[in-house]
Amino acid sequence: MSDAPKEIVKRIETPIHLTFQFTPGVGASRFLRGIAEGRILGLRCTQCAKVYVSPRGSCPKCGAPTLDEAKVTDRGTITSFSIVRVPSEGIDIELPFVCASILLDGADNTFYHVIREVPVEDVRMGMRVEAVWVPREELRASLESIRHFKPTGEPDAPFDSYKEHL
Amino acid sequence: MTRSSGVGAASMWAPYDLEYPYKRSVGPVLGRFFGGLKNRRFEAVRASDGRVICPPPEADPVTGEALGGEGGWTEVGPGGVVTSWSWVPSPRPKHPLQKPFAWALIQLDGASTALLHVVDASGESAMKTGMRVAPRWRDATVGDIRDVECFVTEGTR
Repeated sequence: MSDAPKEIVKRIETPIHLTFQFTPGVGASRFLRGIAEGRILGLRCTQCAKVYVSPRGSCPKCGAPTLDEAKVTDRGTITSFSIVRVPSEGIDIELPFVCASILLDGADNTFYHVIREVPVEDVRMGMRVEAVWVPREELRASLESIRHFKPTGEPDAPFDSYKEHL
Repeated sequence: MTRSSGVGAASMWAPYDLEYPYKRSVGPVLGRFFGGLKNRRFEAVRASDGRVICPPPEADPVTGEALGGEGGWTEVGPGGVVTSWSWVPSPRPKHPLQKPFAWALIQLDGASTALLHVVDASGESAMKTGMRVAPRWRDATVGDIRDVECFVTEGTR
């Protein structure tokens, strides 16, 4: 065997790639059909009456089905947020951006979306925001139909109004 | 996309592609093995009981001592013997060959243990435990197990 210096590889690429068919279930399908029409649909628990967005078909607290549609607006309150400054493969949003947990008016749970049209350092808990939708003809059954949320300019929501959702 | 039924209560479905583009640090022992592949060689380590192991482990299988130190290396192959195999009649999209092939354990010449790899054979009947095989290298090696496209019957390409 030769005494030539040996080459040492430091890293290898080991991508994991899964291709499958995703079925969101009946509850989330109702929500997504609403999104394709430009409205946000919540489903109400038949037992505790809490309203979930996006709904999963049953209440995570009671286990009861969430059957009744509840009106939820596309405005809400930021309950918590992160400023994202690190790029990620597959996310082509200009850095830095804010990812926030948003409590929509009429809902009893929060969901995540991107906050834009405001300097990241001005984003705060309690800030009132509204959805910015894609043009009507581009609506489809995906959360990408909402481009992002932006501040409404309303006064901040009082802490007590969202303290249960942190 | 919805199922064709159009029933309000039906669940939707959509194709879903998920990829984790992982890069992995391999450490000095496997790093040298992969570096060997880049140069079309199989590097193996000598264990405390005298066995020659390829692909090389970081720890001695008997004593647990670190392996792959100075003087602990040797070269094996490139030819070898199929010690066991399993025929794949219908390759999946991510399989290394897009035609029927065999997964095989291949004991490279000089090694005491076998390496799991692919054998490109004309058919299941061409596979035999004990058959001699040799690697078919890809044109541009990068230091990865896929630098060996597959093994083929010795004397063919």
